[in-house]
Amino acid sequence: MMQAAWNSLNAFFGPVALTLMVGLLLALGWVQVNALFLVWLERKVAGHIQLRIGPKEVGPFGLLQTVVDGVKLLAKELITPSAVSWPLFVLSPVLVFAPVLVAFVVIPFGEEFQIRDLNVGVMLVFAFGGLGVLAILMGGWASNNKYALLGAIRSVAQNVAYEIPLLLSAMAVVLMAGSLSFQKIVEAQAGVWFVFYQPVAALLYLVGATAETNRAPFDIPEAESELVAGFHTEYSGMRFALFFLAEYSNMFIVASVATALFFGGWRGPFLPGPWWFLLKVYLLIFGVIWVRWTFPRLRFDQLMNFSWKYLIPIGVANLVVTAVVLKFTR
Amino acid sequence: MTPVMWEYVRPEAVAWAAFIFLVGITFAGALIAVLPRNIIYNVFGLATCILGVAGLFIFLGSEFLAMMEILIYIGAISVAIVFAIMLSQPLHLTIPPTWRPKLYLSFAVSAAVFVSFSIIVVRTPWEEALLRSDDWTVLRLGRLLLTRYELLFELISLTLLVAIIGAIITAAALGSGRGKEVK
Repeated sequence: MMQAAWNSLNAFFGPVALTLMVGLLLALGWVQVNALFLVWLERKVAGHIQLRIGPKEVGPFGLLQTVVDGVKLLAKELITPSAVSWPLFVLSPVLVFAPVLVAFVVIPFGEEFQIRDLNVGVMLVFAFGGLGVLAILMGGWASNNKYALLGAIRSVAQNVAYEIPLLLSAMAVVLMAGSLSFQKIVEAQAGVWFVFYQPVAALLYLVGATAETNRAPFDIPEAESELVAGFHTEYSGMRFALFFLAEYSNMFIVASVATALFFGGWRGPFLPGPWWFLLKVYLLIFGVIWVRWTFPRLRFDQLMNFSWKYLIPIGVANLVVTAVVLKFTR
Repeated sequence: MTPVMWEYVRPEAVAWAAFIFLVGITFAGALIAVLPRNIIYNVFGLATCILGVAGLFIFLGSEFLAMMEILIYIGAISVAIVFAIMLSQPLHLTIPPTWRPKLYLSFAVSAAVFVSFSIIVVRTPWEEALLRSDDWTVLRLGRLLLTRYELLFELISLTLLVAIIGAIITAAALGSGRGKEVK
């Protein structure tokens, strides 16, 4: 029956429009499930690292804890402080979510399991990443609160600084694969994963990605001990939840891009492609969470220096070396 | 097999709707970028306008240009502008009065730019990108940049170099007054 329904839908909308619609619906669902799971994982990992157990009361292994939290957030009142700049304040949590959804269009879960393989897939993810920064700024400024504003300013300074090494490392891979399309990049890793050809770029990417997602040790935009909650100090209820959702979805996107660029994408023996892809993505995310609960937060000037004085020169050098080696080996 | 959907909505109608939507976003963004007296709104209007332009590029089949537009003009330039505004004195407290001559002058300059662009657009025999080639991969774009558009490429590099040197000189001039608050 499912097959029949699918066939008739396919006949009505055609394959292109249908994949787009079904894909985006799946992405919307996946974003929720992923965030619920990741918050649970984060708390569980944090618990075990700190010699606690983490959530355990609601459901098996506390798995339903985040579902309950989500329902609580949904039910909470949306407080809009009187001094906020209204349209921007309301728009920001929605906008922060847009780049995440757009990125889902090009993520290659499997050989056939991708909404659309664009010629410019890698660029798309990075380009819309900048929109997320703007949304954070919008929220921080519109809140009319000094902690929120400081958080937003820090976030932008950090994102501008770390986007460059991120792009430089991705460009090294693009040079090797000769394409910006995710499928072609994964195809190019049929033999050896790019992480072995480009260990420096992979490391740069992982550091930059941690910073781009505002995760510790780079979480100064929301440093609780100095800034209350950073840019989302004034947000409550579901608006706050949207920022939270966007953060965890961003982690997923960033890890997916890392998987596609450096860890062979959906390639792997025995299991079908999508399983391998998700396995690699969640292993990477586990690593990111591990880092968060292991290292203390950097100071702001250390953070900026680290990017501008070390990561970017290393990234440029890596790119030049890659280009020269490719020139003489091909 | 053509999908049945097209019997109910014509493809041209969808294309027109998309086009009008994108043009609407562009113009709305442009108006927000110019009219409100709050400079933060202006920047977000600019970003909206650029998003609309990027959408138009996608509409015309130039995905790479669209991505570059977003990456550079939203990801870098708009963010840099907002950043500069936030680091400067709080503007929302006192809105500077409109200075008429400046208004007229900027209007004249924009009108001149608009007219000259319009003349170029009308006089150039445009050819659709998809008719010229269906291969718009990175390799081809790179080759075109270093052959046909070499001069433009170099000019842009030169502009950027000048901008960087200018920034360094400005920063160095400020740095000489070490420890003093620069107004």
